[in-house]
Amino acid sequence: MLNVRNLTVAYDDTPVFKALAVTFAPGKITGIIGPNGAGKSTLIKGMLGLIKTQAGTATFDQQPLSQLKTKVAYVEQRKDLDLTFPINVAEVVLTGTYGRLGLFKSPGRTERQASAAALAQVKLTDLAQRQIGNLSGGQLQRVFVARAIVQDAEIIILDEPFVGIDLQSETAIMQILKQWRDAGKTIIVVHHDLNKVSRYFDDLVILNHGIVAAGPVESVYTPANIAKTFSADLSQVLFAAGGGQ
Amino acid sequence: MNSIMSFISALGKYDFLQSALLTATMVGVMSGLIGSFIILRGMSLMGDAISHAVLPGVALAYMFGFNILIGASVFGILAALLIGYVASHSQLKTDTSIGIIFSAFYALGFILISLAESSTNLHHILFGNILAVSDQDIMTTAVVLGLVILFVVFFYKELLISSFDATFAQTYGLKVQLLHYALMLVLTLVTVSALQTVGIILVVAMLITPAATAFLWTQKLSQLLVVAALMGVLSSVIGLYFSYTFNWASGPAIVLVAAMLFGISFVVAPRQAGGQLWQALARRRRVRV
Repeated sequence: MLNVRNLTVAYDDTPVFKALAVTFAPGKITGIIGPNGAGKSTLIKGMLGLIKTQAGTATFDQQPLSQLKTKVAYVEQRKDLDLTFPINVAEVVLTGTYGRLGLFKSPGRTERQASAAALAQVKLTDLAQRQIGNLSGGQLQRVFVARAIVQDAEIIILDEPFVGIDLQSETAIMQILKQWRDAGKTIIVVHHDLNKVSRYFDDLVILNHGIVAAGPVESVYTPANIAKTFSADLSQVLFAAGGGQ
Repeated sequence: MNSIMSFISALGKYDFLQSALLTATMVGVMSGLIGSFIILRGMSLMGDAISHAVLPGVALAYMFGFNILIGASVFGILAALLIGYVASHSQLKTDTSIGIIFSAFYALGFILISLAESSTNLHHILFGNILAVSDQDIMTTAVVLGLVILFVVFFYKELLISSFDATFAQTYGLKVQLLHYALMLVLTLVTVSALQTVGIILVVAMLITPAATAFLWTQKLSQLLVVAALMGVLSSVIGLYFSYTFNWASGPAIVLVAAMLFGISFVVAPRQAGGQLWQALARRRRVRV
């Protein structure tokens, strides 16, 4: 169980959220939705200790998350990535082994085999030697999902993984997420497309400068909650054609 | 051709020329290696800044006769720390912070050198004097080259991931900041070595230009490092030849050769539009034959 307690994050004295508490269950795909600027990415980064937090803890099975770094795989938004970097697909996936290798050890045959297997899982074996600037958005996202596979983590966090990618890639990634879920891992997905919420997620967290609602998707993804967090109009459009599908 | 022959026969005759060639080669390799990471991290301005900021350390080392590497390292790291401190403790952007700190250090260096009253030294520090390297200089350069190669080999994967995807490196627990300062320290050592060949003003060219040329030709980091080192050596050796033959200052000669290699690559290298045109033409010619 991933447990966030009393988390407060502020940028320049303006709190994004205060004393936030939420739990993420293993064996579940949990979606996080909320309007732009609601603090979705901030929550993730705060949990992972990538930004300064004013208060709060994040623990996994009673241990601080900050001491379990190799148990977490984080697939962040790729907008800042340097696509001209001299690195190919296979090498990017191989960097997923760096955390457990530690200093002064180079990836060997075991690591290379794990990377090749992960690439096969996301169906990119043919592109293994391609420089990453020559990939489509969907292919690139699958490369980073393959790296998360190689990391063999207990907690996998993806920030807006389906933005700007093709349907084939989206399906391939969703398949991997379901395999992870069935293996009992904790999966967290920051998401923006409200249409697919009840199809993709088991649990849902609605965030808007604090938790609006959290729990099983059936009980959280309701017209009332969407109207309260986003807008009444949006709620009407989404739920007009039968139960939010 | 004649002048190349006489350069080669002079190499056989004169110790000072052999020393110069050896030093130029070593500096070419180390600046290509470290320069590769400087350009990949988008730190060209930082490289320029640190290479200038070591000047007070160099001056104090001359004045008080201690090892130049120590003086330069202290001021190089101090500058890197101050740049980071000012940028993170104000709302100023990093390039502004770099501009303030390095110019101040450089100015201090000038005053210290003028206090030491050695105008020949100043000229050599500024523009390089590769034809006058001592045996001790060669030893120092060899030690630095060894350190640079060890640094790149032992921290290859850390340098790769922190340059490519720093957030990812942080999530798995890599001390990205520490690695940054280690790179800055190695950079100051390379600067001191490159002082002899190209001088302090042009050190940044040795860091950036050969690596940039290599970047246009390669798709993998390991290849980039090798080609950058090669470009560094080519620039240094050909530059040394011009310097000896036409009595040009060694620094500008080497840097102009490096820039020429870049200019050629800019037109024909595979990562450039011109290079792609060439490849397309070559393919068409092959098809026709």
